Amino acid sequence: MSKTSAIPSGVTGATLAKDLRLEWRSKDAINSMLFFSLLVVVVFSFSFDPNAEESRQIAGGLVWVAFLFAAVVALNQTWARELRNQVLDAYRVSPAPANSLFLAKALGNFIFVAVLEILMTPLFIMFYKLRALGPAWQLLPIAALGTWALVVNGTFFAAMSLRTRSREIMLPLLLFPISIPALLAMVNATTAILTGELSAKFWIVLLSTYNVVFTIVCLLLFELVLNAE
Amino acid sequence: MTMRRLFPIFGLLTAVLLSYALYEALVAAPTEQTMGNVQRIFYYHVPSAWTAFLLFFINFVCSIQYLVRSNPVADKVTNWTVIAIAIAACVAAFVIHPLPQGMEPSSVATTGLAIAGLYFLIKKYFSRERVDALAVVSAEVGVVFCTVVLVTGPLWARPVWGIWWTWDVRLTSTLVLWLIYISYLMLRRFSTSGQTPVLAAALAVFGALDVPLVYFSIWIFRTQHPQPVIGGGGSIDPRMLQVLLINWLAFLCFAGLVCWSRYRLEILRRELEETQALEALLEPRSPR
Repeated sequence: MSKTSAIPSGVTGATLAKDLRLEWRSKDAINSMLFFSLLVVVVFSFSFDPNAEESRQIAGGLVWVAFLFAAVVALNQTWARELRNQVLDAYRVSPAPANSLFLAKALGNFIFVAVLEILMTPLFIMFYKLRALGPAWQLLPIAALGTWALVVNGTFFAAMSLRTRSREIMLPLLLFPISIPALLAMVNATTAILTGELSAKFWIVLLSTYNVVFTIVCLLLFELVLNAE
Repeated sequence: MTMRRLFPIFGLLTAVLLSYALYEALVAAPTEQTMGNVQRIFYYHVPSAWTAFLLFFINFVCSIQYLVRSNPVADKVTNWTVIAIAIAACVAAFVIHPLPQGMEPSSVATTGLAIAGLYFLIKKYFSRERVDALAVVSAEVGVVFCTVVLVTGPLWARPVWGIWWTWDVRLTSTLVLWLIYISYLMLRRFSTSGQTPVLAAALAVFGALDVPLVYFSIWIFRTQHPQPVIGGGGSIDPRMLQVLLINWLAFLCFAGLVCWSRYRLEILRRELEETQALEALLEPRSPR
């Protein structure tokens, strides 16, 4: 049971630093994510051409769907990178705790998606003429919680779909049904703040519950999934 | 093999019960005042839903057991957790006043005991490999019954509510449950891993934790679905309740029958695979 400790160790830092350095040099994930969500923004804005009031109603859904699909791009690359040169096999036989690896990967994905969100938000505001009528600062915790909700399960299911045929298709098939409550909470919270009609508190609480529950489950089960050959 | 001889008898019994239930539902049951004959779909919709939920619950229990049984400590912790849940349900049923709307003390206590009973029954009679076979079977048959629920629901809703579908709490959580189990079956299908059962069991645990979250997230919207007729806030004519229960018994027997034959098929398939793998190992290597 020595390998199941949830405490981040030096391994987490080292893996995270390695992933960030790799991404910094290649910019594979961030470029494809950026281009993908840019396309979503342009296509939807062009086909709906909403006025400011309509935008407030639909933007919450659009933003999160764009980020969800873009996140899948990053998530799919998470583990595929480790398959080359049998890095994952080496990890499996090493005494390093499995959860350190998981946390490093999840944090890495969190950073990638967060960077994407920071870069895309001005574009969304520009194309959809957005101006929040509710307390806009609450969008920050919602974005952080929502992003973690997507990447924590996404990282886990990406590891799961490594062992399947057509793995790139398998990830969304596993991730989307489970993410429905989280998506619902993110979209409704964002819409509530944009329209300023309702309080987003309930949805933030729900999102936090979702994050706590699934982070614990991921940490409990990840070692089994990593070792399932 | 007494089991093999029991199978046709059970099959016959199920067929008789199903036809009797059909007669009861279509002819004998009184016609509903406002909805008319459309209401009779209820005798298929509700029993299918109960059967599907029961099967999904069996799948969840099997998945948990598959995951924890390889680890004695986790196994013990889970056993005590299940016992604690049963005791907590019994205590809470008679201590908390009033219970949330639509719950009765006796039904809460019975549910708690039934959960523990089911858990330990499966643990006693199924080995770790067989538990996985049971998980596959219950997921597959559960998806079939859940599909029946999702098809008959809109058929009833269209004439009664005037719409096919609404994002009501029960409808949404059933749909999400169905989606999760479809992805569960797809994972099993597409997996190339030798340890597919571990992956599938992990996904089942995720699914089981997800459904309550879906339920609560939609709970704050007003619900349009009729209240549960047993242990709920809804009311029902005693004759209709009788027909409903007969139908449920028939559906349960039918589900049991399908599960039984599918389970035997799954066991045979696994034995065949093992034998083939063994033969391939034993066979002298042909000279190249």
